[in-house]
Amino acid sequence: MIPALFVFTYLAVVLYVGVFAFRRSGRNESAEDYFLASRSLGTAVFLLSLFGTNMTAFTILGSSGHAFSNGIVTFGLMASASALIIPVTLFSIGTRLWALGKRFGFMTPVQFFRDRWECGHIGTLIFVVQAALLVPYIIIGVMGGGSTLAAISGGWVPYWLGGALVALVVMGYVFFGGMRGTAWVNTLQTMLFLSFGTAALAVIGGGMGGFRQAAEEMLNSPATAPLLTRERVSPWFFLSYTFIPLSTIAFPHINIFCLTARRMQQFKPTVILYPLCLLAIWLPSVFLGVMANRAVTVPAIAAKLEARRTLAVQGQDLLPDRRVELRQAAAGDDVIVLLLNHYAPVWLAGLLGAGIMAAVMASDSQILALSTMFTEDIFAFYGGKERFGPAAQVHTGRVFVLGLTAVAYLIALQAPASIFELAVQYAFSGYSALFPLLVAALFWRGSTKWGALASAVWTACAVVTVALFQYVVPAPHSGPPTVVWTFFGAAALARTPGGTAVFGLMPVVPMVLISFLLMIVVSLLTRQPSKQTLQRYFSKVD
Amino acid sequence: MRYVLAGTVIAVYLLHQDWWFWTAARPLVFGFMPVGLFYHGVYCLLCSALMILLVRFSWPAPFDEPAASSPRSEEKGR
Repeated sequence: MIPALFVFTYLAVVLYVGVFAFRRSGRNESAEDYFLASRSLGTAVFLLSLFGTNMTAFTILGSSGHAFSNGIVTFGLMASASALIIPVTLFSIGTRLWALGKRFGFMTPVQFFRDRWECGHIGTLIFVVQAALLVPYIIIGVMGGGSTLAAISGGWVPYWLGGALVALVVMGYVFFGGMRGTAWVNTLQTMLFLSFGTAALAVIGGGMGGFRQAAEEMLNSPATAPLLTRERVSPWFFLSYTFIPLSTIAFPHINIFCLTARRMQQFKPTVILYPLCLLAIWLPSVFLGVMANRAVTVPAIAAKLEARRTLAVQGQDLLPDRRVELRQAAAGDDVIVLLLNHYAPVWLAGLLGAGIMAAVMASDSQILALSTMFTEDIFAFYGGKERFGPAAQVHTGRVFVLGLTAVAYLIALQAPASIFELAVQYAFSGYSALFPLLVAALFWRGSTKWGALASAVWTACAVVTVALFQYVVPAPHSGPPTVVWTFFGAAALARTPGGTAVFGLMPVVPMVLISFLLMIVVSLLTRQPSKQTLQRYFSKVD
Repeated sequence: MRYVLAGTVIAVYLLHQDWWFWTAARPLVFGFMPVGLFYHGVYCLLCSALMILLVRFSWPAPFDEPAASSPRSEEKGR
């Protein structure tokens, strides 16, 4: 119960930060102030809150859980690839978005697309695709809050109450504080979970008597030795995973966040320090997740290892329901909480629990981004601002925050988490496939609204097709993938235990490449925007 | 200089695919960290160094201080 008290204190603090940000904004009720903090964030807040905005429940809980089951490959797949791709896209795309936002007053990517390509309803369709891919995130955030609070309190706080508390707190500081409150809370959260990694490593390492013996024992066991290498993962799969971080800059909550910097110079420390922040949080989480395989004195972890062993030995002979049950029992998403509860003193477990909670509560910026998009791309664009005035725009944004959080909470109570976890998995690929829109709009004067439409429709169709494919073709229990289509003897389309493979690659690769191809071909066949528009966007760099 | 930097970014991207440590766990760096994990930790440091180079030699200066605002798209009325 004591760790939960630390978490409650933390929740109270972040709620106060939101209210403080509300007071700080004074009588400034403009949309730009509420949604973008008047484009005024300083260097430290911009770096820490941008990083925090991009870190989710998966960063600590999911990464250590994935590493528990899959080994050190987790770091190469999800952290080091991002350490290159994300700063490079922030440097090349984020800076230009910031400059154009400042020059033309854009607050959302759709506003930029509408102006750049001289389109109206195509922008609305892009909004719909973006929103559909973002909503599952928000629901997962509420679910993560409920289950994490339940785990930290040892079940004392039930899932429904934990979810409600987290939803209320997030709703509170986003409602009152807008972007300023969200950025300040994210800054606090990032500082908390950056210190989490080192502290957790020291405490758990001390509790386990150091990691040397654990590493040697893992290497000496045929069951765990492969977790310290990447031999179970195909190099093509590893390579194709580098397409996933392209999604980051295409996520609305990230590219809207790029507009909040006071000066473009603030991107400099951000892009240089971003890989180091990733290193500081991901390396300890992944390493601890791997080492949890030797924490057999923790009863709950021993039960997970036993479930995994049963699955490996008897998996083929078990009934499907039993297999699902064992898979759930072997899942490692809570290993880091279990390690902390076992090895850390109660007060430290509470502090570190607050750090985990900070990562779980990343849905704030997504809620605010969706609210910004709705009020700017739908409400204002279709005449709401003209009819009801600028003040109504901010009120609409706030009401949208309330409604969206309430709906997300109700869905989180009813629906199984697995559905939304899958949807989030597709969302990454979907946003990666929307990446060509940003590249074309910023760097290619020949791109057209029809090319953008083709890419957006392709993205929506591809995401739905992959989801349907994985629903219709059951995942093989283990071993080789189920090949559905061969092309000249090569496995063109296959169902793997973890998803889908297209010529051995993740679906994100063809999704991005075809999206680029459609943008190019359709743009070449259709009429460009007017000369005036092209001059406005490209005169400075010509 | 732009081409040299673009080539460097591509080279760093390719270094992510470290097939030379694919099946190796040893040596255990500091006695406990598998070499493949250590390599990717160092890779993050390399990425940070690359970003220093990009910021130093390829900063998009023409965009640095944009001109004054002009009307937003929704204010044009469609």
